[in-house]
Amino acid sequence: MAADAGTYLYAVARDAGTTLPADLTGMAGSAVRAITGSGLAAYVSTVPLDEFGEEPLRRSMEDLDWLDRTARAHHHVVEAVARLAPTVPVRLVTVYSGDDQVRALLDERHDDFEQALARVAGRREWGVKVYAGAGEGSSGDAPDEGARAASPGTAYLKRRQASLRSREEALRRAGARAEHVHDVLRSIAAASRRHRAQDPQLSGRAEGMVLNGAYLVDDDRGEEFARALEELRAQGGEIELTGPWAPYSFAVLDDPAGDVRGDGGAA
Amino acid sequence: MTFEETRGAALAAEGRLPSERVALVDLLDRLLAGGVVISGDLVLSIADIDLVRISIRALITSIRESEPYDVLDQP
Repeated sequence: MAADAGTYLYAVARDAGTTLPADLTGMAGSAVRAITGSGLAAYVSTVPLDEFGEEPLRRSMEDLDWLDRTARAHHHVVEAVARLAPTVPVRLVTVYSGDDQVRALLDERHDDFEQALARVAGRREWGVKVYAGAGEGSSGDAPDEGARAASPGTAYLKRRQASLRSREEALRRAGARAEHVHDVLRSIAAASRRHRAQDPQLSGRAEGMVLNGAYLVDDDRGEEFARALEELRAQGGEIELTGPWAPYSFAVLDDPAGDVRGDGGAA
Repeated sequence: MTFEETRGAALAAEGRLPSERVALVDLLDRLLAGGVVISGDLVLSIADIDLVRISIRALITSIRESEPYDVLDQP
């Protein structure tokens, strides 16, 4: 491999002996290929380091269009691989200097990958988002209890207090609803995780998000999960489902050195 | 960044979401806070990138800080 090229790793899967669609492309239209060893297959493509080297990437990461293209290219490959065999996706933008380094990775971390694959095999990830309802989390309707007070100033203060109480109460209700939804769904899931609530600027929704959950669900409990979700929806409030996803939120390697990196929230 | 949730939910009910229908923000929740993080013999991983510009940094840090997952019944 040329010195100006790197090996981009998308996912590691059980080597089921299946072949990828011949026209599968990854980053910047590059062909995706499998590096196999020890019963595992690493799905990679060759990327130019003038785009995927450290310095260019520092600049690219400031470009939302680039991030969009890159995230979708990564996702596209992970989806294709996950259709063939149990798969652990790798964090976006993981680049090696060459195929030999990836081969060594499969060998050295074989048992860790096997463990991670065993956790996700036969399961899929679903995303569930709960939003505060209309009036919840916004200013809400202030009760009129201050209207007959002695002076306009006192009336204003009383209305203001009532409005704050009503807002707090609404947020408390939305929060309680989120906890309930999460508890019900995780009782069906094999594993669960709460992602940080999406900022309204990112979600495109004015209502606050009160739950951004990920649930790893056994394939044969998928219907049960869907039914529970319908029942929760019938109880009121807006609930959104995304998926099924490859098990992104549950792909974790137990680091032998105990040096788990990257997840700010992992404590 | 488009918002296609209603359509997305309908597609999700039918089966797998085509990747172009997936909202970028939902994808980034998973690609920046999930996926195996490998340390060691790398040219580069996103965990190494010290992001400079505020907009993207805010986006990424807002997505990265999520709770570690909670395994209920391990096989």
